[in-house]
Amino acid sequence: MTTKAEAVVVGASAGALEALSAILPALPREFRLPVMVVVHVPSDRRSVLAELFQAKCRVQVREADDKEPIAGGTVYFAPSDYHLLVEPDKSLSLSSDEPVLFSRPSIDVLFESAADAYGEGLVAIVLTGANEDGAKGMRAVLDLGGVALVQDPDRAFAPAMPQAAIRLCPSARVMALEEIAMYLQKV
Amino acid sequence: MTEIQPAEKVEDIEIRLLLEALYITYHYDFRNYSIASIKRRLRQAREQMGFANFSALQERVMHEPDMLPRLLRYLTVQVSEMFRDPSYFRALREKVVPHLRTYPSLKVWVAGCSGGEELYSLVILFREEGLEERTIFYATDINQEALHVAESGIFALDRVRLFTENHRNSGGKSSLSDYYQAAYGRVSFDKTLRRNVVFSDHSLVTDAVFAEMHLISCRNVLIYFNRSLQDRAVGLFKDSLVRKGFLGLGAKESLRFSRYAGAFDEFVREEKIYQKRGA
Repeated sequence: MTTKAEAVVVGASAGALEALSAILPALPREFRLPVMVVVHVPSDRRSVLAELFQAKCRVQVREADDKEPIAGGTVYFAPSDYHLLVEPDKSLSLSSDEPVLFSRPSIDVLFESAADAYGEGLVAIVLTGANEDGAKGMRAVLDLGGVALVQDPDRAFAPAMPQAAIRLCPSARVMALEEIAMYLQKV
Repeated sequence: MTEIQPAEKVEDIEIRLLLEALYITYHYDFRNYSIASIKRRLRQAREQMGFANFSALQERVMHEPDMLPRLLRYLTVQVSEMFRDPSYFRALREKVVPHLRTYPSLKVWVAGCSGGEELYSLVILFREEGLEERTIFYATDINQEALHVAESGIFALDRVRLFTENHRNSGGKSSLSDYYQAAYGRVSFDKTLRRNVVFSDHSLVTDAVFAEMHLISCRNVLIYFNRSLQDRAVGLFKDSLVRKGFLGLGAKESLRFSRYAGAFDEFVREEKIYQKRGA
């Protein structure tokens, strides 16, 4: 297990709720890393993901605020209709830039900025989804020395997103959801 | 030979130098923008403008002024929607307009107006509420090209369906199609909407206070600034507003962490509409 891990980023799309439910509630109370999550949701005003998972998780869960300093042991969801980025000083920022691959928030945008901020201290996870978001971002994470985990496409609700990530990142570790959850508990 | 490891990544150094060069040469100051966003936009610009690295980009921008507007397009242009977040406009209509009615004349500032979507939304709302004739709208941006686009009032036809839906959800009292004509895949908004609009080049980073405003709408602009620059802009808004004047921010922006938070009351909390305190 890597001991230099400083942060985790997660991207999920179609089937996200179920996949995240196998991972986030399994995080122990004393989990020390921050977890930034992008889920593709319709761009209506409010996302209920943070509230939903706060009720199920032992760690803090909230929707990311602009310029918020990143705290360990906390899960941050990107708000709907904004990109979520990590600043070099380890704070969060939001942007209203145009959607990337039709997505805002975009997994690539989060992963690329987090890779810049954390380098080899980053663990990036691509879960189920029906598009190709996250592949390019995961490439950036690997190029800067980070760790890449991809949900096994054969067992994903929607295999396209994990498949795209594996295509662009052949060295990514392919895992079942339970394995990903175990990995995080030991990271 | 010993390999020298720079304390920062080369790309980060180049970006810092480029932003410094833009400021010294052209007085465009992006040095206190959120780094993660500006970096993304700069990388996009570098790739699409065909430069191998930022030093090469900087060299051309410094020596060929024509390159500047091309670069600025990447750094400043925002894509918005008319009546984006319809509930914001509904709150303006239902809660702020009754206060504005009590003034014989009004000034409204759309700060960072970009292509004009927000501006036209406000003018239409003010017309529907019978306030347009007594109002002067100031639409400002640092990007001249964006100001020209805003002044033209022309938008792609395929965006109008969303605009129309937003307008309806905002409590619109007329039909959006009353205000534009469609031709060749574009719509052109009625020039009478610009009767009371002053378009002006203004920077929240380097320029000073604007006239005595009753309403300032500045949405999804502050998220691109770092904390200190956000403070500067909010201070500018505070000093530009009349007592009891209103400030509207984007859905994910707030004054919670601002050093000027104490100068404002939350007027419609969930819509990020603030009122400057009277004292």
